[in-house]
Amino acid sequence: MIVFRTAPYGTIYAFEGLENVLIMGAYDQDISVLFIDDGIYAIKDGMNTEGTGIKNFSPTFRALEAYDIEKVYVDKESLEARGLSVDDLVIEPEIIDASQVAQMMEDQKNFFIF
Amino acid sequence: MKFGILILEGPYQHEASDSAYQFAKAAVEKGHEILRVFFYQDGVLNSTKLMEPQADDRHVQKMWSQFAADTGTEFIVCVAAAKRRGINDDVIADGFKIGGLGMLTELAIEADRVVTFRA
Repeated sequence: MIVFRTAPYGTIYAFEGLENVLIMGAYDQDISVLFIDDGIYAIKDGMNTEGTGIKNFSPTFRALEAYDIEKVYVDKESLEARGLSVDDLVIEPEIIDASQVAQMMEDQKNFFIF
Repeated sequence: MKFGILILEGPYQHEASDSAYQFAKAAVEKGHEILRVFFYQDGVLNSTKLMEPQADDRHVQKMWSQFAADTGTEFIVCVAAAKRRGINDDVIADGFKIGGLGMLTELAIEADRVVTFRA
């Protein structure tokens, strides 16, 4: 499972996390991707990074589908706490709650947290 | 147990690399195997031989290079992360090799546990 939990642009965790997902997607592995806490902002639609001089990489997450990464989730509480819904995102992850997150984490072999 | 180690922070700013080193050393002493140490994100900065800490401080790169020499453990520095931080074959120290993220993926497949050290 690859977990995005930090906001984009302030640090490079999310961007290099995305690079990592795209490489791992090229291998025939059972990959899950979870967006939680401020990590949700990495897939927020309509980001304008022009004033920062940093490339807006959120649309690149749409490539997950092309890499056959279908297990993409977003944490319900994190989404609600930020006043967002899936309509605000560049992709359509499945919304899961904290107990489902916990259950899903039980089943994972590896975690890569960005 | 077969461990993989992933380091995401550079030296000195964070303790992550020191902790990873202590972990790796202890694991080997206990008879475990470290399949590979993968340096990603700012972790790639641990590999530069240009670092020159004050004499009374630990030398993080030399600690790692010594560990590689003593144990034969493979250290891979992510090429994409290294390039954007000015790390290349000219500056990487003994024991480190530049490689791709595929080697992190393979590590995740082969190791019993991949332990990440980050801030």
